[in-house]
Amino acid sequence: MKEQGMSVIVRTVTRFVYALILIFGFYVIMHGHLTPGGGFQGGAVVASAFALLLVAFGSAGIKGRLNWHWLQTLEEIGAIAFLGLGFLGIGTAFFYNMMANSGGFLFGKSIEVLGSNPGVLNAGGTVPLMNWAVGLKVMTGIACIVIVMLVGAKKEETE
Amino acid sequence: MNIGNLPFIAAALLVVLGIYTFLFKRNLIKLVIGISLIEVGVNLLLVSVGYRMDGIAPINTMAPIGKQMVLPTPQALTLTSIVIGLATTALLLSFCVFIYRHYGTLDVRKIKELRG
Amino acid sequence: MTALTTHAPVLLIAVPLLGAFAVPLIGKLGRPVRNAFVGLLMLFVAALAAMLAVSIFSTGGAPVVYELGGGSFTFPLSGEQVPVRIMLEIDGMSAFMGLITALIALTASFYSFTYWKERSGGNLFFSLFCLLTAGIFGMQMTGDMFNFFVFLEITSIAACGLIGFRVWLKHSQEAGFKVMALYTLSGLFVLLAIGLLYSQYGHLNIAYLASQLQGSLVDMIALGLLLTGLAMKAGAVPMHMWAPDAYGEAPAPMSAVLVANSQASLYALFRILFTLFGLTFSVTALGWILVVLALLTIFVGVTMALIQNDLKRLIAYGAVSQIGYMLLGVGVGYTVSATQPEFGFTALQGGIFHMLNDAACVGLLFFAGGAAIRAAGTRDLNKMGGLAHSMKWTSIFFAIGAIALAGVPPLNGFASKYLIYEASFKLSPVLGVIAVLSSILLLAVFVKAFQAIFLGPRTELSQSASDPSAGMLLPMAFLVLVMLAFGLFPGFFVDKIVTPAANALWQGRDAYINAVGAFLGG
Repeated sequence: MKEQGMSVIVRTVTRFVYALILIFGFYVIMHGHLTPGGGFQGGAVVASAFALLLVAFGSAGIKGRLNWHWLQTLEEIGAIAFLGLGFLGIGTAFFYNMMANSGGFLFGKSIEVLGSNPGVLNAGGTVPLMNWAVGLKVMTGIACIVIVMLVGAKKEETE
Repeated sequence: MNIGNLPFIAAALLVVLGIYTFLFKRNLIKLVIGISLIEVGVNLLLVSVGYRMDGIAPINTMAPIGKQMVLPTPQALTLTSIVIGLATTALLLSFCVFIYRHYGTLDVRKIKELRG
Repeated sequence: MTALTTHAPVLLIAVPLLGAFAVPLIGKLGRPVRNAFVGLLMLFVAALAAMLAVSIFSTGGAPVVYELGGGSFTFPLSGEQVPVRIMLEIDGMSAFMGLITALIALTASFYSFTYWKERSGGNLFFSLFCLLTAGIFGMQMTGDMFNFFVFLEITSIAACGLIGFRVWLKHSQEAGFKVMALYTLSGLFVLLAIGLLYSQYGHLNIAYLASQLQGSLVDMIALGLLLTGLAMKAGAVPMHMWAPDAYGEAPAPMSAVLVANSQASLYALFRILFTLFGLTFSVTALGWILVVLALLTIFVGVTMALIQNDLKRLIAYGAVSQIGYMLLGVGVGYTVSATQPEFGFTALQGGIFHMLNDAACVGLLFFAGGAAIRAAGTRDLNKMGGLAHSMKWTSIFFAIGAIALAGVPPLNGFASKYLIYEASFKLSPVLGVIAVLSSILLLAVFVKAFQAIFLGPRTELSQSASDPSAGMLLPMAFLVLVMLAFGLFPGFFVDKIVTPAANALWQGRDAYINAVGAFLGG
């Protein structure tokens, strides 16, 4: 892999496409309780955007910008958020969905029609929140793995 | 020969190919590819278990009414298995990077210092 | 207090998991804060395991079912309808295994505080350790087949991360790769079997599958795959090659936790044989296969330990042979479980009790061996010598561990091994003879090791060595106390702790199935 990355065409297109991939990834995470997708799938899509950045710009272009220690801290926050949401309903049981059908503003609406319906974004309780926690963990986790493998491989070439 | 058996035959073929690659290839990366092939075969088996003839996707949002849905549980099992396969492959490949740094080769016949 | 006991099954899994993700964040505040956090977490987990065990054993081992996400659902278990319900089911055997894991995790964590003191990377080390502990508890508490597979893979990944943790050593990377490849293969066999069982019956809950099982060809294939995968992970011969690499290259406290990991997959094997399949297939044929595997494991483990020059690989081969003793005891019990004579129950008690004794003894040996290796700077038996002059406590603890493992009274190894000898002799005299001879060989192996490390004239190596500090000695002393307690009062402990666990396997299949029957509805 060259230090400078790939050619001008690839770098210009990457600058444009990167934002689109991010938006698509966040869309997949957000609508996980309505359409196919969810935490892991959306997180993997966003991580592929990180991988695209690495391939297009090379390790020299990323060096000052993407610090993998911050990514690791975000990853742990995502994991703790997931477990914390599981502990919320511990009065009844672990993973009890206490925010569904509660009428609150945060994903609390109840669905009247069971079966085929146009999807209601505002429903589901803790499930969309867990989707976000898992999506955060997966996107930062896979980005960390890819960056550390790249840095590790680079180091053995110069030694 | 029922056409519905084809996914299962494909899954069995993938598992056999994966076991062959794992046993008879010499490069460490090819061993990892062999393990990935076995995982892919098992995932295909899990997903094809849930299929129902002329079934639609198990999603309630704007679903056509009056049709039978495919089982959703095997899809959840397969998704979990894919995630586990990702973590396993990442760890195996990290070990490959370190083994290359220490031993200088990826040939499995030359990395036999732990014996007996 | 009762709220804690009710939620104890899931807290045993969720609290170490939370700890695993919180340790790197808390570690940024400094090393003493992180050590205090991990220590408090392990003490809390041990207290939970003890409370759960007390509450289950006091009712004579009646299974307790905990439903994740429970509430007022009326949907059935994972079948043709959404949502899926995962249930944790704890009976006497699960509570017993939880006690073993809590003991080993507690002592290993306190040992690691001092063992890993001057090294960096401690945050990730303790994070992986907490993840491994959560995975082992998950394997023991769950009542759902696919949930079991997920925890199996969690322990595989965390264990291999710990084996290859010291990336500056070249052998540990090779060991890590080999062990990870084998663990992944065994996990894939287990997943294939679960897929086959699901396609046949449509449910994943162990109790529900046990009530629906007919003995068709697909079930037999699934049983064969499950046996292969789980025996591969437990370290039975002929798939034991990863064990000396794994136990030898891991840091010393983690070798003890890896032994608990192997015992958890052995527990899963017993659960599948006794509770899931029960008497569906011919128990004599299957039982004799287990007994033959067990004898091979005992024999190969001990003979390979004779020729080792590396201290940790020697202890590792000793641990492999002890897995054979557990398989022998339970295998003898399974072979006769159709007619249920008295000696079958004794064999089962011996095999299960030996799990606890083996965990304590091998743990102590790994701790003491790790301290000796740290002081001497080498793992080669030929180069160590005369350490007893300056490391008195370590040599005493090593000797006690070796004698207990070989089965000499009045320590705990004798109690469990005596039950195994007696029961296996009644099944066939050859088994008892081989078991006794292998114990004698194991004693000879450890006498040789003790002499090579600790006895001998003073060398310059022994001048510079000294006893490890109290942080490493106290966990070893705690294990010695536990071993003395179990050795001096075996009858009490066998009645109170081991008999409910053995009963849960021997006659508890109907109780296991009926406990979930209350939830089957809709």
